[in-house]
Order: sequence, then C-alpha cells, then structure tokens
Amino acid sequence: MKHIDEYRDGALARSLAAAIAREATSGRHYQFMEFCGGHTHAISRYGIEDLLPPNVQMVHGPGCPVCVLPIGRIDDAIRLAMRPQVTLCTYADLMRVPASGGHNLLRAKAAGADIRMVYSTLDAIRIAATELDREVVFFAVGFETTTPPTALAIRLARRKQLSNFSVICNHVLTPPAMRAMLGEPGGAHVRVDGFVGPAHVSTIIGTQPYAQFATEFTKPVVVAGFEPLDVVQAILMLVRQINEGRHEVENQYIRAVTADGNLIAQREIAEIFELRPSFEWRGLGELPMSALRLRDAYADLDAERRFEVATVAAADNPACECGDILRGLKKPADCKLFGTLCSPETPMGSCMVSAEGACAAHWTYGRFRDRARVAVTVTVADKAFA
Amino acid sequence: MSTIRLRARRLDIRHGRIDLSHGAGGRATAQLIDEIFRSAFNNPILDQANDQATFDVPAGRMVMSTDGYVISPLFFPGGDIGSLAVHGTINDVAMAGARPLHLAASYIIEEGFPLADLQRIAASMGRAAAEAGVAIVTGDTKVVERGKGDGVFITTTGIGIVPPGLHLSAELARPGDAVILSGCIGDHGVAIMSKRANLGFDTEIRSDSAALHGLVADMVRTEGAALRLLRDPTRGGLAATLNEIAQHSNVGFLIDEASIKVREEVAAACELLGLDPLYVANEGKLVAIVAPEAADRLLAVMRAHTLGRDAAAIGTVVADEQHFVQMTTSFGGGRIVDWLSGEQLPRIC
Repeated sequence: MKHIDEYRDGALARSLAAAIAREATSGRHYQFMEFCGGHTHAISRYGIEDLLPPNVQMVHGPGCPVCVLPIGRIDDAIRLAMRPQVTLCTYADLMRVPASGGHNLLRAKAAGADIRMVYSTLDAIRIAATELDREVVFFAVGFETTTPPTALAIRLARRKQLSNFSVICNHVLTPPAMRAMLGEPGGAHVRVDGFVGPAHVSTIIGTQPYAQFATEFTKPVVVAGFEPLDVVQAILMLVRQINEGRHEVENQYIRAVTADGNLIAQREIAEIFELRPSFEWRGLGELPMSALRLRDAYADLDAERRFEVATVAAADNPACECGDILRGLKKPADCKLFGTLCSPETPMGSCMVSAEGACAAHWTYGRFRDRARVAVTVTVADKAFA
Repeated sequence: MSTIRLRARRLDIRHGRIDLSHGAGGRATAQLIDEIFRSAFNNPILDQANDQATFDVPAGRMVMSTDGYVISPLFFPGGDIGSLAVHGTINDVAMAGARPLHLAASYIIEEGFPLADLQRIAASMGRAAAEAGVAIVTGDTKVVERGKGDGVFITTTGIGIVPPGLHLSAELARPGDAVILSGCIGDHGVAIMSKRANLGFDTEIRSDSAALHGLVADMVRTEGAALRLLRDPTRGGLAATLNEIAQHSNVGFLIDEASIKVREEVAAACELLGLDPLYVANEGKLVAIVAPEAADRLLAVMRAHTLGRDAAAIGTVVADEQHFVQMTTSFGGGRIVDWLSGEQLPRIC
C-alpha cells in the first residue's frame, strides 16, 4: 500500500536497528521516553523492542488522552448522560474507562442513558441538527490533535444556531505534561535521556514548543511519526544526539510537521478556547495551565456552564499503578493488578482501556515477554535479526 | 409449511409490505410461503408441504449446526443476508469435514418489511443453496411488530455427514503441525463496514461469502488422514480462530505476518478505520491445521480449487501452556495476537 508500506519496511528496519546497535555505545544506558500513546502502540504492535539492543530502552509516557482523564470527569459524563433530555456523544475509547463505584459509560448506556459513540465531532453536530428535542453534549477529550475538530464543531453549532448543542471540554496540552515528566526538583521522576516527540500533536503546534526541553532541561527531542520506521529512525537520531553531546529539537516527521505547525488550527483554538488555571491529570495530579476551556464568548456552548457541572474529585483504586505507569516510574507488569484483576475485558485502570494505554498495549501485544523466554520466542528474535 | 391453493390475487411484490397477518398462520402466511419461499427454494422435500422434512440419510456420523444472521445492512457488495445464511451454515457443517445434506431456514420478519426485499433475499438463498447443491427442506416464518426487529433475522440449521474414519476437532492440534490459511483475510468485514451509513467511504471491496464444502471435500479426500481440524475465521477473524484452537488444543502458535495475505483495498480501509485485519470477519475462508509432512500436498490441493487459490502456510503449532498466538511482524519484531477485547464491529453476520 503506497504511503504505508514504505514506513513499515522490514529490511530498512533491520538496517536502522543495526545502526542503533553499532552506535549505542556499550557500557552506556540510553533511556528514552516516547510521550505519545500512538508511539507506545506502534512499539508494541510492531515488536520494536526486539530490534533494540539491551542498553537502549523505551519508557512509556502519558500521551494517551483517555488514560490521563481523571475519574471525576468520567463521573461528570455519566451524571450528564443520565439526565433524561441529554444525548451524550463520545469517542468509543471512553466507553469502558472505569469511573467511581465500578461504573462506566457502557453500563450507563445499558441502564438507559442515551450515549452515542461517534467517529467525528461532525457526527455529534448532525445528531443535534436532526434531533432538536435532545440536548446533545459532545464529550471532548484529547491533546492538541483533537482540539481543532472540537473547535470546528463549536463554530458550526454557532453558525447553524444549534441551541441544543454543547461541549464538555477536557482538552489538554502536551508541553505542560512533558515538563511534569522531567519533574520538579526533588520529586520522584523517571530518568529520561531524551524524548521521541509527539507526531500528530506536532502537526498542530509545530516543533517550537519543545525548545524549552532542549535548552532548559538539556534533553534532546526528536519529533517522530507514528509508523514503526519513524520510531526506529527517531531512536537512532536520539542516540546520535546523546553520543555527540547535543540536545536539540529535531524533526524526523518532516512529511507532516513544520516548526510553526498549523497556524489556522492554532488561530481557531485560540479564538474559542482559553487556558484553565489548573486541571487534574490522572497520575500526574493538578498541572497548572495544562488544559483548555471555552471562552466566555462561547459560554452558551459550554456544557459545564449550561448544566452547572461541578466535578467531584474521585480516587483511583489504591492498588492500581496507573499513576506511576503514566509517569514512566513503573512498567505495566510491575502492577499487581496487571493480568489478574485488570485486563482489557475488566479494566481497573485507564491505562488498560485505550489501545494507546501502556498496559493495554503491553497486554495485547507484548505480555509474552514477561515469562522466561521459551525456545519459540528466541526463534522469533533470531529471525528478526537475521 | 402448508399449502392453500385457491386464491384470487397474488402478492403485490413490488409495492407490498409484510403485515401482521403474514405471521398469523392463516391464508396470508400460506400465501407468503408459497409465493416467496417455496418458489425460490424449489425442491421435492419442501414441496411435501409438511411441518417437517422427511428424508433418508446415509449411514455414518451426522453433523448438525445452527446459526442466526442479524447482519446490517441486509444487502452488501458480494452478497446479502440470504446468501450469507446459506454459506455460513454450510461452512459450519463443512468444518467438521462433512458433506452438507440439507438446510432448514427460520425467518423473523418485521412488520412493514418490503415484500420486494424479502423476495430478493429468498431468491438469493435459493440460488446459493442450488449452487451449493444443498436444499432448504423446511422452514418457519414469524412476524414481529414494527420496531421489534430490524427488517429480517434469519436462522439456518444444517446437517451433514462425515466421511468414514475422519475425525476433525478443535483439541487435535499438536506441536509441529502446520497452519494453512485458504486466502486473503478481512474482505467480508470491510465490505460491510463500507456500507454502514455513518462511515461514508466508498470501496469496491466485496464480501468473500462463499460455501466452502467443495474445497473441504477435496482436502478431505486427498489428505483427510493428516488433517487435525478446520475452522472458518468469521467473527473475531483469524485472531479469534487461532486463540480458540490454542485454548482447546492446549498449544500455542507461531505465525508469520508476511505470509498472511490482505488485499490492498482491505488493508487501506482497515488503516483508515483503525482496524486490524487479523480481527476482521471472513465468510469464505478456512484455517486448516495439518500434520507437517502433509502440508505441501494439502496446499497444492487447496490451490487447485477456486476458493483456495491464494492458500498459504502461515505458521506452526508450538507447545505453549499459556496458549499465546505469537507473530513475527513483517517489520521484524515479535508480538502476540490476542483475543479481541470489546467489540470491533457490531452485527457483521
């Protein structure tokens, strides 16, 4: 398939892997964080760990929108959806995210709440335009990537004078979360030698916002696409920066990302949204200036104001390690619940829900690595390096 | 199905719709059966017009299977709910290595359903059954009020007979056995998705819906002694099928992604929809587990048949108490192919 196969080429992967193995100096440990869930998924889906030498390790970051959404916000969604006049529209990922008291949106739907899974914000607009007697609320989640489509829906609702449409905004920002990964002085944080920087997010915000990590924290950042070759090439670029003592923002994803990003999208976002002073992230806690809300000019389209949503903070299951996993401090298999009480069928924590979550990716693609390697597994690895 | 012969006016197929009287068991029911189903299925056992079918069976082991079809949309590129209901159940019977003998069909039809659509479905079933050489010999129709169904639901039951000495079963895979897949995967699920109203993309992909008993007969005749089991990877796709076998046989698999064929259009659509073709349904493919020494011969036999011309060996059975289906990705790394969690596509069969 054109524009796909060339980014998944096994022969090219082997030559890049050989370059990494050659250049990753023995006796030195390289620990890189892929910020995005999309990268986590690609690493697991294509078995990229098998292509890396033992001294090059990847740490999964918090860039999974579903995973970082705190329980209280899911509770809000369920409470809203249970109102008889409300139709809640959401991306399907959110349906199984555990809320307080063992609830989730899927169960609320079964109990009679009108919850519709949509592929696009435009589907939600369509529902609002055709079902005028329903209060259609779009539950907006995601990083900078999914913010422009929400902005577009708000614009359309305004233009079409859809008084029955509103948005509950949970959009969050990438750079504050990356800062949180590097930690406040003295706080517990994982060692990160460099970042595989966001792919789709960077198409919107560009590469400039990462300059602070290169200058202030002296960490190299390589913005990379979500295809497996993108990831492997980015890792090689990071190894080279470290070896050469550089800490720069480099762009591996030149086919989609520019330094300035998508200015039209940025303008739309700035026009409709403003920064929240603070927002709670699952696993990372309250992060200042890390999330968006609707500006006063769009208050009529803000479901939080229309329905007077007052988020009640709710605690995670105490045995769930999602918090430490999201901060890269623990691996999925370190959690006592992993694969016992917590699996994609019965997720206890959010990292097990989304396909981009570190736990779900490890469970779905990589958990065979947790056992003592049997002869079979070694054969696979041999083949990979043949 | 009973017959009432004297009637003044025939059904208005072009404009007519199913109403509750068609399910009441009176003349309207009889007329519906006569004019739509009996004429489409046309066979002497059905024409006996009893409430059951009576026939002689050859000696040996019988196979019986039943399956409900609730697919949406009812008509899709490469088939419709009628042909699917015939192929699907024939395939379930055939996966035991059996020769399918007869089918029964039961309809739950929603009030208001157009007679023209019902006739189109019945005609398609009749055609599929005739092509397969497996007659629909008995059936039932029920009508439910508007809003209590979704057009039409069909349940078909099939019986068949297993050749003497043949025993295929899910627990018979052994380490070292070869895994053979009869062709490209994902066509059916993607064809259905492409027609879902809310997805809005156009493709030329057709469902692979087909009756596989002819292919199975060739395989059984030549390599029956070496065959361990056959499965058709429908709902849940190849991934679900391999995981089921691993569980039942207490083994694992090691498969090679590069050897699993996916049409370019299917791969592109999956890419767009965020689906993994390994989990997408097929309705005209089978997986064969066979003793390693017979694998090449079986492949040759399969490739000689139209429905198996793209057959390929995709991996081997390995000893694994944890039943992992491991895959070497085309990219070069390793992963497992897990059970599907949640629902990838609703109502695809």
